[in-house]
Amino acid sequence: MTPVFYIIAALTIAGGLAAVLLKNLVHAALAVTVAFGGLALLFLSLDAQFAGFAQILVYIGAVAILIVFAILLTRGSDLPQDGVFSHTWLIGLMIAAGVFSVLAWAVLRSVPALPHETAVPAVTVHDIGVALVGRYVLPLEILALLLTAATIGAVIVAMHEKDGAQ
Amino acid sequence: MLDKPIIDKMDQIFVLLQHWLVSFLPVSLQPLAAVLLSVIVIVCLFPALFALTTVFERKGLGRIQNRLGPNRVGPFGFFQPIADGIKSLTKEDIVPASANAPVHFLAPIVLVVAVFMGFAVLPMGRNMVLVDMDAGLLFYFAMGASTEVSVFMAGWSSRNKYSLLGAMRAVAQMISYEVVLLLSSVAVVMISGTLSLPKIVEAQNQYTWDLPHWYIFTPWGLAGFVMYAIAATAETNRSPFDLPEGESELVAGYHTEYSGFKFALFFLGEYLAMFSISGLGATLFLGGWTAPFSFLTFIPSWIWFFSKLMLSIFVFIWMRGTLPRLRQDQLMNFAWKFVLPFTLLNLMVTALWRFMGEGWERWVVCSAILAVVWVFMGRIEMRSEHFGPRSYRYAE
Amino acid sequence: MTPLAAYLLVAALLFAIGLAGALVRRNAILVLIGIELMLNSANLNFIAFWRYGPHPEALTGMMFAIFSIAVAAAEAAVGLGLVIAIYRHAQTTDLDKMNRMKG
Repeated sequence: MTPVFYIIAALTIAGGLAAVLLKNLVHAALAVTVAFGGLALLFLSLDAQFAGFAQILVYIGAVAILIVFAILLTRGSDLPQDGVFSHTWLIGLMIAAGVFSVLAWAVLRSVPALPHETAVPAVTVHDIGVALVGRYVLPLEILALLLTAATIGAVIVAMHEKDGAQ
Repeated sequence: MLDKPIIDKMDQIFVLLQHWLVSFLPVSLQPLAAVLLSVIVIVCLFPALFALTTVFERKGLGRIQNRLGPNRVGPFGFFQPIADGIKSLTKEDIVPASANAPVHFLAPIVLVVAVFMGFAVLPMGRNMVLVDMDAGLLFYFAMGASTEVSVFMAGWSSRNKYSLLGAMRAVAQMISYEVVLLLSSVAVVMISGTLSLPKIVEAQNQYTWDLPHWYIFTPWGLAGFVMYAIAATAETNRSPFDLPEGESELVAGYHTEYSGFKFALFFLGEYLAMFSISGLGATLFLGGWTAPFSFLTFIPSWIWFFSKLMLSIFVFIWMRGTLPRLRQDQLMNFAWKFVLPFTLLNLMVTALWRFMGEGWERWVVCSAILAVVWVFMGRIEMRSEHFGPRSYRYAE
Repeated sequence: MTPLAAYLLVAALLFAIGLAGALVRRNAILVLIGIELMLNSANLNFIAFWRYGPHPEALTGMMFAIFSIAVAAAEAAVGLGLVIAIYRHAQTTDLDKMNRMKG
């Protein structure tokens, strides 16, 4: 493994940890933005250019902004008086640790079976486009429908409940 | 006319210079050094262009407003940016006591870095692109999307109501118009069949008689370019869409609480965004580095690219001196009720253009659809609206 | 350690962090952030398996990741819309205080 991988991985994990641990919600949102960016870099290091840039465009450009808007609209930038962690934090932490240990155990056990360095796949954006409107055209159409439904649904849910409002 | 080898040499002068400089190094270091050299050139060139543009802008605005503009420092005031630079470097760097210091510090850096990254995929002349990425256009938009986060960081961390309001306005505006920016570029991708910017330029580098095959000279290309230009103006927060920094309402928007060098970085980032978005517009619709007539191809390609860039900068300055600022509701209505539907229609017209094949029919049909819808939608927009008593809506 | 195992470990750790965030924090928006992190780590697995799998040219893992990015964007929009609607109703985003079935 190259040092570049370790740096990016450390950045991503640090971003994720900070997002979960930081008290201030806006700081947490910015930290998760760092984690999203780190993940995009990991995608790039896996030669998945298209997915990496799509990740930056969608997550940093849209989801992170949505999150900070939601935080400001719900007065989330004020610090809460009675702690940021739930009463059942110990159980939650134990479940997460258990999940991680099982996953890590499974990965480490299967190391001998995993493939070593393989050739860089020669996949261009053109191939992805052809696949999207060829073999994957049905999922693409369903996705378009889902996104439309989600847009309308989000607007209706977040709209005023008051009668007579637009 | 000059003879061919000299023309080619002039065209490739920077590429040859780079090869010559790099050839002094050992072979193992050469690729890295070549990239590094290009990065240094980009990092020096565009701020220099920025300095020049600020003088032109102030003098041009002065002319439009019937006054002189800067004329004290150096000949005709052309050394003004040097004086301004020294001033902003020596000014005290004020951080508000209640500001969120780390975020406040990081915001301008994130902005400038993200904007600089966009230049990496712009072809500034034949063979003059830093990285010829397969997904270059997507990379550009990914970097453009990252600037929104920095704007929010600046506005929120300042702990100032004007900063926060300016940042929220800026982010809402940038998201609304980024959709248009992307969709109007998708039309170009549909026709050229690639996301790589050098290949898009290459696709436009043909001539019928003396005229080039630029995409702006097609019905869908013209409509797409107009939409792109509107979206680009809003995306860079330029007048008439400069609400995020409307002085009369918000002091200076999201960079109210910035001073000294950090403010200079914001200023720089804004102009660099303007350069890169103009460069992208020229690449997508105006043929990038190609010449406007086939008998002018002896002029080096990079001269054409930068002339197109400076021309659109001139239009930006001209608009700033001419048009009044929009209101927030007008801005949003314009984006979602006029520009976005028209861009979507343009996408369908582009598909029609693609499938009607060669021939004069597609010119008539596509132009007719676009013209009719343009006039019709314009009429709807122009209807005199009836304004009732004001009502206020709050978030909660 | 093979590169694939390293990527899978990073993804597993990120998934656990996201899960911990979703389970431990009180704020509804933070729970959504945790869910986003978990989705992202699953994407990382898909891309890693695509890269080191036997048939990268089939693009299966890559497509799954791209679709999942798009679905996650829709999920975030609806989820945050719900949080804002609940905040309007209950004036809080603290999940520990939302313990009644009646509004």
